[in-house]
Amino acid sequence: MSKKSFRQAINEALRQEMQRDPRIILMGEDIAGGQGGSAGVVDAWGGVLGVTKGLYTEFGPDRVFDTPISEASYIGAAVGAAATGLRPVAELMFVDFVGCCLDQIMNQAAKFRYMFGGKARTPLVIRAMYGAGFNAAAQHSQALYPLFTHIPGLKVVIPSSPYEAKGLLIEAIRDDDPVIFLENKVMYDDEEEVPDEPYTIPFGEANLTREGDDVTIVAFGRMVNFANEAADRLEKDGISCSVIDPRTTSPLDSATILECVEDTGRLVIVDESSPRCNMATDVAALVVEEAFESLKAPIRRVVPPHTPVPFATVLEKLYLPDAARIESAVRSVMAYKKTKQDA
Amino acid sequence: MQIAHNILLRSYRSMRTIRDFEERLHVEFATGEIPGFVHLYCGEEASGVGVCAHLTDTDTIASTHRGHGHCIAKGVGVEGMMAEIYGRKTGVCHGKGGSMHIADLSLGMLGANGIVGGGPPLICGAALSHKVLKDGGVAVAFYGDGASNEGTTLESLNLAMVWQLPAVFVCEDNGYGEATGASYACAGTQKARAAGFGMPYFECDGTDFFAVHEAAGQAIAHARAGNGPVMLHVHLARWYGHFEGDAMTYRINGEVARERAEHDCLKNFRQRVTEVSLLDPSALDEIDASVKDEIEAAVKAAKSAPLPEPADLEADVYVSY
Amino acid sequence: MTDLITPITMPKFGLAMTEGKIASWNIPPGGHVDAGQEIADIETTKITNGYESPASGTLRRQIATEGETLPVGALLGVLAEPAVNDADIDVFIAKFQTDFSSDSAASTQADHAEPVLVSVGELTLRVQEAGQGSGTPLLFIHGFGGDLTNWMLNQNSLSTDRRTIAFDLPGHGGSSKIVGDGKPATFAATAAALLDKLDVTAVHVVGHSLGGAIALELAKAFPQKVASLSLIAPAGLGQGINMDFIEGFISADRRKTLEPVLNYLVHDKTLISRKMIEDIIRFKRLDGALQSLQTIAQACFPNGRQADDIRPALTAFSGPSQIIWGAEDEILSPADAKGLPDTITVTILPQAGHMPQLENAPAVNAAITQFVK
Repeated sequence: MSKKSFRQAINEALRQEMQRDPRIILMGEDIAGGQGGSAGVVDAWGGVLGVTKGLYTEFGPDRVFDTPISEASYIGAAVGAAATGLRPVAELMFVDFVGCCLDQIMNQAAKFRYMFGGKARTPLVIRAMYGAGFNAAAQHSQALYPLFTHIPGLKVVIPSSPYEAKGLLIEAIRDDDPVIFLENKVMYDDEEEVPDEPYTIPFGEANLTREGDDVTIVAFGRMVNFANEAADRLEKDGISCSVIDPRTTSPLDSATILECVEDTGRLVIVDESSPRCNMATDVAALVVEEAFESLKAPIRRVVPPHTPVPFATVLEKLYLPDAARIESAVRSVMAYKKTKQDA
Repeated sequence: MQIAHNILLRSYRSMRTIRDFEERLHVEFATGEIPGFVHLYCGEEASGVGVCAHLTDTDTIASTHRGHGHCIAKGVGVEGMMAEIYGRKTGVCHGKGGSMHIADLSLGMLGANGIVGGGPPLICGAALSHKVLKDGGVAVAFYGDGASNEGTTLESLNLAMVWQLPAVFVCEDNGYGEATGASYACAGTQKARAAGFGMPYFECDGTDFFAVHEAAGQAIAHARAGNGPVMLHVHLARWYGHFEGDAMTYRINGEVARERAEHDCLKNFRQRVTEVSLLDPSALDEIDASVKDEIEAAVKAAKSAPLPEPADLEADVYVSY
Repeated sequence: MTDLITPITMPKFGLAMTEGKIASWNIPPGGHVDAGQEIADIETTKITNGYESPASGTLRRQIATEGETLPVGALLGVLAEPAVNDADIDVFIAKFQTDFSSDSAASTQADHAEPVLVSVGELTLRVQEAGQGSGTPLLFIHGFGGDLTNWMLNQNSLSTDRRTIAFDLPGHGGSSKIVGDGKPATFAATAAALLDKLDVTAVHVVGHSLGGAIALELAKAFPQKVASLSLIAPAGLGQGINMDFIEGFISADRRKTLEPVLNYLVHDKTLISRKMIEDIIRFKRLDGALQSLQTIAQACFPNGRQADDIRPALTAFSGPSQIIWGAEDEILSPADAKGLPDTITVTILPQAGHMPQLENAPAVNAAITQFVK
């Protein structure tokens, strides 16, 4: 057990799994880096943010494949390799690039098992960075997990911390279905205690990071940290919140969300993806349908506006949900009175 | 090239099976009993069979939406296929895939594919599996002239060269992508495209089994020997419309009739093997009769097979969820 | 006047503790406290424990507020007799705070020993050592599902005049998840090998629960290595065992299902903290952990009974031995300590469950200190 960054936790998960199973291969753009360069250096980058650094050096060219900048072919190749005996972990770099290879994910990987009558296994992991907060602007900052969550046949994982990242990534690699594993790029340097040994965190099991009686906050990925921060501040004012990190949006642990809302009667959902048809709408629909009677106040969603992610720091700050906005949403549901009913 | 008797007989049987299967579907589809839509491979039999004659179950193929022929050539049973096309529970995909998604991974058949250009990237992955697992296999992507214009195909030609994969790109050029002629849609030539990636190129007359067998043999041997990917350009003619029900108003009268009369791979095969007494005509007649029975039985079985049940709707989306 | 003023500082429970939270003050400002009386409840990441006042006096100031988290050694409050005037107290506090902020970093760093990994044959064991001195070294052996942090309230206290060694059994904590046949004798052999590796010839052994049975097997197989036995709620002396605990510990995979299982461990259920539950869930997620627990449970407690009767080993052991048991143990019965030779001291602690070393650490520490003198 030692302090590890989000980046190190992911790197360690990949390394330990590759040591365990020779069928696990990595592919992606510059995941080693330097191939064909004039210096003859390989493993120059280890991925654009250094997450896969050292893996080429340890496992060599038969396990770690740099790809041309050619998402459709290599993501498709990962799908084909998964269907024929390998267990690829493909890195899509920025999840925004899914526009170049969505067919291979949506129409191929996600559909094989069903349309082939349950006979296919596609043990594939696609890792990609998501999220705003890096001044990376509209084409490198999206939080596209609702897009994948929408597609039956895919599993979607959004780790909220280094510990979560390692356990969920190992689980993803051992899973026999295609898994989209989304890493918030702002979190790579976040640190916490992470076991040195391999471990797994099951999918579809939400994590209650805070337990409270007044308000349930459901938050995804990096937003879990903001929700915790808001909950800790509110606690000082006597407002006690439960914070739910669903960990995976597909499968979604709806039982834990419903149970928690039934206990607290109030729900705030924090989702950094674009507000229409996102996880917040999905969770809101679930709760309204299944736990309507227990609601003491309208559900509040803390989400960005329906715009692309802006570039300028001042605008990007306005765009992203933060602890202060979560706090005020919680206060607003606490202040709500059912006036009409009383009248 | 000398071809063993058993290979000749097996290949003829495959081609005859495809022909009868497709012709029968043409008839049955018109009755309205078959749901969805089907794309027939009639006239192109020698291509799939000539290529697959060089493959074993270890090798992988990816097919197209016009996939019945590739499935049969790779060894998928017609009874399961027919039941699938009829949407029955006994179908090879339990009635959940249909004509465009017939697959049998245990036979290295990675699936017909409803997406034009869907196969080539998958075949890069399958070829990578063969390379990494060192099983000696090759992976073959069948794709049409229409798919040759997809970015996925062009990216795959590049990736396969970059990774030096044991991959074979079989461009089945039947002259039409849906209702648009290749002469309109394909700039340059397939040969020049292969050359652009530095990829060895082979071509052949796809209505001549022996020509396909010869060219495919060389192409596959190249890839299997670890020399990297190859392109095999097969010139073909499509006998039916893009899908059943296509009136083909974009083709001149007599175009198909001439193809049937002059470029029928089965007639051509029979003539070639009997004129040099390689095979006895009676052996071929026997195959014709047996295939006829087989198709008849498959249709009968499919029509009486059980339908999928409500519980099947939500089954097999995931291995576990 | 300052000698009449006693600072109350954040205590250090266990080697790993670097900070603690004031869960509650038990003495109001201005209230009197006797030495040894619990002045506050301190919550660490592992456990909430009463902090016994080091002196008697009036609690003149509560510096730390409830809910506040402070580093070890930080000023929580000030005791002084009513005669001491407020100005002197203010001066004292100001000076303390200045001194503390300047040396706290260095000092807490210095005595904060991290566990280390030690290779023993094919195994890697996580080992926590403390103390030095002329006394015969002391070895702690934890029980089923435990780890070396089970001794967090004991190891420091027992390390004042000797080297002490706590380690994670194979299959537990940070040690290899390889348990062989999962029998106590196998773990005893591993413990002996660890002592060899650490160049320790003989030790006082403190074993808890299944670790008690392992201690007995160690004494049986390697009598020359065992100077004395202190067995806390040991297994191996009777047949009964609370299988709801064993099976629940193995099967529970969520906080909600695990908490009632862990409640069996202690008499005071509030000791089972959120963090303790989370740590056990995290341990069980490690590759091989669950299989290790299953193997041990199958080997040691088949058919809901304890498989091995190790009483003969205890009666045959020629060195001194004692037994300490919580009267309210819900997992192994203190009645198992009956019928032993008179030479074996048996201490039954009231108001304590299966883990008296946590629930009544002062009594357990005192009993062991006395015993190994």
